[in-house]
Amino acid sequence: MALLVLVLAGAIVRPFGWPEAVVAVPAAVLVVVTGAIPFDAALDEVEHLAPVVGFLAAVLVLAQLCDDDGLFRACGAWMARTAAGRPRRLLAQVFVAASAITAVLSLDATVVLLTPVVFATAARLGARPKPHVYACTHLSNTASLLLPVSNLTNLLAFTASGLSFTRFAALMALPWAAAIAVEYLVFRRFFATDLDAGAQTADVGEPPPLPRFALVTVGCTLAGFVLTSAVGVDPAWAALAGALTLAVRALIRRRTTPRALLGAASVPFLAFVLALGIVVRAVVDNGLDEALGHLIPAGTGLPELLAVAALAAVLANVINNLPAVLVLLPLTAPSGPGAVLAVLLGVNIGPNLTYAGSLATLLWRRIVHAHDGEVELREFTRLGVYAVPASLGAAVLALWASLSVIGGG
Amino acid sequence: MAVVVWIVEGTWHACVDAARAHAPADTDIVLLHVTPADVPGAAHGAFAGLLGRGHPERDPGTRLEQLAASSARELLQTAADRLGRACTRVERTGRVEREVVAASEGSDLLILARDGDRTHLGPHSLGPASRFVVDHAPCPVLLVWPEPPPGLPTLPPHP
Repeated sequence: MALLVLVLAGAIVRPFGWPEAVVAVPAAVLVVVTGAIPFDAALDEVEHLAPVVGFLAAVLVLAQLCDDDGLFRACGAWMARTAAGRPRRLLAQVFVAASAITAVLSLDATVVLLTPVVFATAARLGARPKPHVYACTHLSNTASLLLPVSNLTNLLAFTASGLSFTRFAALMALPWAAAIAVEYLVFRRFFATDLDAGAQTADVGEPPPLPRFALVTVGCTLAGFVLTSAVGVDPAWAALAGALTLAVRALIRRRTTPRALLGAASVPFLAFVLALGIVVRAVVDNGLDEALGHLIPAGTGLPELLAVAALAAVLANVINNLPAVLVLLPLTAPSGPGAVLAVLLGVNIGPNLTYAGSLATLLWRRIVHAHDGEVELREFTRLGVYAVPASLGAAVLALWASLSVIGGG
Repeated sequence: MAVVVWIVEGTWHACVDAARAHAPADTDIVLLHVTPADVPGAAHGAFAGLLGRGHPERDPGTRLEQLAASSARELLQTAADRLGRACTRVERTGRVEREVVAASEGSDLLILARDGDRTHLGPHSLGPASRFVVDHAPCPVLLVWPEPPPGLPTLPPHP
């Protein structure tokens, strides 16, 4: 338990600017060496997580290559052109773009690559940037429900749930749409003043060329997900194929280097995920399962789903959604895919309550950045208090309906 | 005499026009823009929430800070062009309403625009930030409508 705390603290504080893996990997080695987790169980966990990590790496590279190809720039130009100087319309465009990009290219792409483009677009239109930037941060969580690739938490749950790619997407489509719709209504109301302020029509000039090749590749990758899951192959191969296609083209055209590709795959992060998985497994096996076990209601009726989602949201807010999902998955998997998906609703939507993803991160940031420009906590939390319970409630209701219609099997 | 003109995205034209119309020729005009610190802050926070990603150089909040600085510069330049006379430009970053109150200390006039619901005459025509500034300004205030004001029929009915 102390080791898990140490690993999480290392990831949040990042002493001396070390990568998170520097603390996590030795901690994972330590739990194996001291026998806190049998070697076989650790190996089992690695085998279990390795495809997930490969999948993640492929999606990270895919998103970065799409950015290199100008996909996000083109997206900004489209938003500026179609917003026609109306902030409310721009907000709708941001919702569409951020929901699609988060779902397909994962939440990292929205946070790292789309947010600056959205800010620049709002600035170009002379619109107040706050609602649009906040929409990106909220949607990177809320809109990451749809596909297994949208969020690392989904990838972890996807393998645990035993669902196929298409069934996962079919069950999550309604909760995804419901959660986004609720967020949209909350944003329009919450930021009414900023959205009413007005903007100018941008002198757009020549729109940048549409990166057709990247778009087609992403489309084919999506089709590949459906196809691979239909024939029973791991959909990670489709992601790998998509990433390889763009990578080879970019390498031939000398737009990227092997070094940059390796950087985009973020190897220390992948090592961190593996190590965190082993440490969490050790903690769960050594008593946390019994401690939390009776908190988790069995069954997949509406009240049980709501309780599981709420518990997951609380846990995600206290630590972070990554360790939260690792802890909750082994405990909910026996109840079936419905309970696992309810955990996902909680851990994905929940972090919008605290702007830095969890209380732990937030407290640390408050200590470090006590005096520089930090988010006005009260306003962001007020937004979260309106948005999170409403969108989580709507999503759970939608999940319950989907489970009744489609079935979890 | 010094006049502070608060330049905000969307509503600043009316403030510059008011300065042109009402400030005497020998007045020092200060064009003030405040970048809200919480917008890059939200991006910093979202990145921090992505546990384990490393790569601090990829933090979008830093990029937003640079973009915000350059867009503030451009906005002040456009406003100065519209004003068409000598002026001082001031850029600040922080909590917007407090920065505006601090920047207007000791000036002879602060010009700002209503930024709330502008379809009715009444208190809702001020948003939270401009409400705070009007309530706390340490100097005289000129409060303008960004568009032609709504007519008297929008007054609430007499009780």
